This record gives sequence, structure tokens and C-alpha cells, in this order.
Amino acid sequence: MKKSPVPLLQNGLRADGRAPDQMREVNIAVGVVSNADGSAVVSYGLTTAVAAVYGPREAHPRHLALPDRGIMRVRYHMAPFSTKDERKSPTPSRREIEISKVLREALEPAVVLEQYPRSRIDVFIEILQADGSTRVASLTAASLALADAGIYMRDLVIGVSVGLVENTVVLDLNGLEDQYGEGDLPVGYMPNLKRYTLLQLDGAWTRDKFLEAIGLAVKGAEYVYQKARDALKNKYMSIAEEIYGR
Amino acid sequence: MASISPYGKRFISYLRREQIKRLISTKYRVDGRGPEQIRDVDIKIGVVKTADGSAEVRLGKTHVVAGVKVGLGQPFPDAPDEGVLVVSAEVLPHASPYTEVGPPDESAIELARVVDRGIRHCGYVDFKKLVVEGGKAYVLWVDLYVINDDGNLIDAANLAAVAALKNTQLPAVAKDETGIRLDRNNKSPLPVEVSKAPVAVSVGKIGNVLLLDPTFEEELSLEGRITFTFSEDKIVAAQKTLGYFTQAELETALSLALKGRDRLFEALKSVIG
Repeated sequence: MKKSPVPLLQNGLRADGRAPDQMREVNIAVGVVSNADGSAVVSYGLTTAVAAVYGPREAHPRHLALPDRGIMRVRYHMAPFSTKDERKSPTPSRREIEISKVLREALEPAVVLEQYPRSRIDVFIEILQADGSTRVASLTAASLALADAGIYMRDLVIGVSVGLVENTVVLDLNGLEDQYGEGDLPVGYMPNLKRYTLLQLDGAWTRDKFLEAIGLAVKGAEYVYQKARDALKNKYMSIAEEIYGR
Repeated sequence: MASISPYGKRFISYLRREQIKRLISTKYRVDGRGPEQIRDVDIKIGVVKTADGSAEVRLGKTHVVAGVKVGLGQPFPDAPDEGVLVVSAEVLPHASPYTEVGPPDESAIELARVVDRGIRHCGYVDFKKLVVEGGKAYVLWVDLYVINDDGNLIDAANLAAVAALKNTQLPAVAKDETGIRLDRNNKSPLPVEVSKAPVAVSVGKIGNVLLLDPTFEEELSLEGRITFTFSEDKIVAAQKTLGYFTQAELETALSLALKGRDRLFEALKSVIG
């Protein structure tokens, strides 16, 4: 593992001044793309993901349509200007293809696809600004966009990342910690059903650290969940205010 | 490029799926194994003479060949003092009736990337020893070829990649007036630390039963799947590849994967140890 240009952990605080179990500032807004059936923008610190949902609509290509349930199409993509160093090529990388797959598999357990036979639900996620934890911010944004589109869901799926920095478990990795930390563990969690739908890991983890990290991820997800709920409610409260006045 | 639910492409008859589910609830599987039992593992190294290293793994009827070619290239800018590892996977059209001709699809890309993450940081290959002069480094191209897919490709492909790397002979670096090049007449073994060999173990979930080493038709019946990769006593990679897990299921899956690790590591050690 490379040496970080700045200490990642000093006097119990991280390079950006956070405590190990502290999220960056979380900002969530729902209904940000007016043409989409549902949409959301989620930012964890600088990391910003916009998700738009179209559907349920007729499944194309037709041979992929199923008579007993809907199918999902998920695209995770990073804007060419979203990375710190060089311009990222807009062609989907192997990383983006893999993340599209794991995000689809993280969302499918939450969506009641049986409600949508012969249909397809499209979820498009764009990273506008990347500073670590992009796939988990995407997951939160995507599940909110699905909920905003009025798709039947069993629960929201909240994404948060945990990592290992100088053998300390930390919540919500930023780009620096992602690059120089000893481990990275993105988690997707359904806060009401208590189910994990996204789990990836790299680095080197003991069983104990792994379980400790999962526990911290759940705490983080519960925190983000409250903000996500509020954002969803806010959209409908403001519509109600528009219609009925105060 | 987007990820589409593959349900329409790969399917199993409803009756067969119900049979698999019913049987597993009595802790038996359609091929007679118990939930924790791994199929026969057969690992052979040096099966492709034209490669710099190769191995072939049979896990039950699943058949994967791994070939390593060594090249010279630039180190990654964020790791200028290390050699380069590139893992690719190709599921051949031979492998199953559901595989199409074309560039690797998302599951092949995921397969390669999960195997890559297992090898990359666990210390099995010392990439620091793969730097050569003139700012260049060895590039290890590991190509995973799935010839027959009877399920559990990740575990089989990981074994094949690890065994092929152990079998790899590094060509010497020769200098001439045009610069440096590889001399394939003069080779030495790639230094690897066998005790740190990464072992990937996938755990499937059907109903409330967790099982190791799912076959192809079991995979089409799974409600959840997660792969853990271990090196010594550390978890070095994990990937949930289907469905969901509760906390209790996750912890059981981890213990079960550790048991599977012991069995697969033994099989690996008997060949490369």
C-alpha cells in the first residue's frame, strides 16, 4: 500500500477532521430531473451522484421481457470531468460495467418486480464529482429515484462505505482514504428489513474488523436513511403546500 | 453500456427449481452432495507450453484454463515501484448454451475483477520485485478461459490463476541497441509466496440453507450468493453477486467459506506447495 502524502489519522481524527465514525456532510434532494419519472441527487461531501428513473415502460429488447415480472436496467457512469487528475474517458470502463452490475443486483432485492410483468425499469446514475464512495452514493440516489418514481419497493437501499485506515475502522471513505487506506468495504443496506444487498471488499481484514466495519456501516446507513426519508417527504410536502397553500 | 437483469437469458424450468429447493431443505442436493461439500477438485499446472505459465482447474464439471503471458510495460503512475497485473476472463461460447459470441460481458468482467482483487494486495506475488531498469516493469497478463461452465466460476478461476502464476517463468531482460526486451530463452521462476495464496470461496443461499460450490443449475435457483477471498487468516476480497443476506446469514456464510477455504487450499497446496 502506498504512503499517504498526509497522515490519514492523527490524534483520533482523520485528514479532513472527521471522527472515525462520522459521515461527511450528506445532502439529498428528490425530484431534481423534471422529465424523469423519478430522480434524486445525493452528495456525500464532494462526491455527487444524480440518478434518474424511467419506467416501468415497455421492455426492449423484447426477447428479454418476462411474462411474470419486470426487468431492470442500471447504468453507473462517471462524467469525464468528475475525477481529480486526468480527464476520464467517457467510454464505460470495466470498473463502471462491474459497478453497474453490482448496483443492479443491490437494487433488485428492493424492487417488487413481480408488479411489473413485461416491463423494464431504467435507472441511470451519473457521477458528477468523485471523491470516494461513489458507488454507495449512487445506490442511495438510485433507490430514492425509484421511490420517487412510485415504483413498488420493499425498502430503500442505503449505500455507505466503510474502510480500514491505520487499522481503524472508518465510515464514509473520501478519495484520499480510498486510495491510501488498507481496506475498502462498500455496503448496501435495507434499514427496515435489515438486509445487505451490496457488499464488496478489498484490502486485508480480520474477521473481527470485518464484522466491526459491517456494524459501523449499519449505523451510517441508519443515519443517511433519516435524511433520505426527509428528502422524499419534503418533495411531497412542498407539492402539497403549492396545491393547498399553508 | 448498462446492466440488464439477465433472467430472460438464463433460466431453469420451474419444476427443476422447485425440486432443487425442496431437496435442499432436507440438506441434500440434486447431485447427492451435502450443503458444505465441494465437488472434486483437479488442478494441473503447465498445461499450455506456449504460455509463460498456465494451469487448468476442474471443479466437478466446471473447467477453467488460465494462461499467463509476461510482457514489458510501464508501471501504473500511482505505483511506479511495482509490476503490473492484468486479469481478463473470457467465458467461451463452448461453455454453456447461454454464452454468446462477443466481447466479455458484465459477468466475465466481474469474474476477472474479483480474481484480480484477490491476488493484487494479498502478498502472494511480490510486485515490488517486478520492476526492471529504465522505468519499466514486468506486466503479468493473466487470461482466464472458461471452457465449460457448470457453476462456481469464481472459485475455479481463482484457483487456476493462482496455480498458473506459481507455474510462471519470467523471461530475463536483455539489452540491445534498440532498448530493453524480453529474452524467452532465459527464464527464472516468478517469485510467489505459496502460504499467502488467495483462495476464493463462494457461498450460495437457497431458502434458509447456505451451501458451498453451487453447480450451474443451482446457481439459477439461488436467492443469494457471496464470494469471500482469503489469504492466510485475512479476508482480502468479498463480492456479493446475487440477492441479499441478513446479519446472521452473513456471519454463517463467512464461517462456511472458511471451511471451504481449508479444502480448496489443501487442493492447491498439493499441486503448487
